[in-house]
Amino acid sequence: MRLRLEVNGEVREVEGVWEGESLLYVLRERLGLYGSKNACEQGECGSCSVYLDGVLVCSCLVAAGQAEGREVVTVEGLAEGDGLHPVQEAFVEAGAVQCGFCTPGFVVATHDLLSRNPEPTDAEIREALAGNLCRCTGYEKILDAVRRAAERVRV
Amino acid sequence: MEFLQPATWHEALEARAEHPEARPIFGGTDVMVELNFDRDRPGALLDLTRIPELSEWGEEDGMVRIGAGVSYARIIEEVGGRLPALAMASRTVGSPQIRNRGTVGGNLGTSSPAGDSLPPLYAAGAEVEVCSVRGVRRVSVEEFVRGPKRNALAGDELISAVVVPVARGPEQFSKIGTRNAMVIAVCSLAVSLDVERRKVRACIGSAGPIPIRAREAEGFIEGVLDEEGLWESRGEIGEEALGRFAELVREAARPIDDVRSTAEYRRHAVGVLARRELAWVWQEYRGGEAR
Repeated sequence: MRLRLEVNGEVREVEGVWEGESLLYVLRERLGLYGSKNACEQGECGSCSVYLDGVLVCSCLVAAGQAEGREVVTVEGLAEGDGLHPVQEAFVEAGAVQCGFCTPGFVVATHDLLSRNPEPTDAEIREALAGNLCRCTGYEKILDAVRRAAERVRV
Repeated sequence: MEFLQPATWHEALEARAEHPEARPIFGGTDVMVELNFDRDRPGALLDLTRIPELSEWGEEDGMVRIGAGVSYARIIEEVGGRLPALAMASRTVGSPQIRNRGTVGGNLGTSSPAGDSLPPLYAAGAEVEVCSVRGVRRVSVEEFVRGPKRNALAGDELISAVVVPVARGPEQFSKIGTRNAMVIAVCSLAVSLDVERRKVRACIGSAGPIPIRAREAEGFIEGVLDEEGLWESRGEIGEEALGRFAELVREAARPIDDVRSTAEYRRHAVGVLARRELAWVWQEYRGGEAR
């Protein structure tokens, strides 16, 4: 089937989409947007987190056809121009990026948290990021990054 | 595979009648897992996200009607004050990403014994509204869920809404899991007080093939509350009665050993939850803080 959706502010058309395909597959394999990672494919790890019409979702659990005519923002769409978004900068500075696989998902989820709650408590950060798994940072640096981002940005 | 995307509820019902093999999809948090893992290849996906009514909820005559497409996140945010136990259960579902997409309608459709929203719906005496081109019918949630992942939906029917009486007293829901988030219940329990009718309801989740109302326990504690005049005096429930209530809830469970827990642990945990939750709702009724 054919799909038309807006990704990071740009209207994109895709042909030959399989009806059971996920939005994640479309983003990565058909549009070449490799920021959203494919890890668990069951909504457990959050590494494919994107905004769908402004709502934080796991793109692996959205059927491609459900995104027809909708707006998607991926981690690639957060920064303007060549620079990093302040949330991304905070992750780099805090050393919250190790292998980097979970990072795009964490960045989008953090962006979502701070847009709703600019001054989250540690408990609120933990709850907001509970859907994102990391196997190498031990999470402390990620918490540091979110605190750092919260101090700096009002997204 | 076909991808059906009706724009109106009427079109959806027609599509359902024409394609009994179609898998309805809304939040996708169950359906897409099956597709991604190649466990399921339905002939068609019937996407219901374009039908605005399904994402609406409203209150009338003491009943809250929640469209099958209202997300857990919205239930917590918008409906929680009217249905505290359902909101508590919704808060335990997955993660923000999952709660933004998953729906009570989907939880009912999947009819998993571990469905987090089911015990509060049982305890509240909720009804499932199902529709087909033949018409609308309402089924009590206890009749709707038939077995593990089986329900009373006919081949041409879709879940349109769940209808839940507004809480008539304090309610609690608790869930046991190995983590705080992203966990399927080892077991769970909803307890509610109906202050107007002087009823106590308790429903066990994830410790039997379907959610189980602990009717003996309910009857026992209602007897104690009546005999001791506790509804009037707002006095404390004695230790012995709390213990007996917990025991009867534990006995009502029908758990199995599986990857998440032993049956014995589930039985024990359900008893612990029963004692605590009854104490909490009663404390709230007496005028104190629940926790």
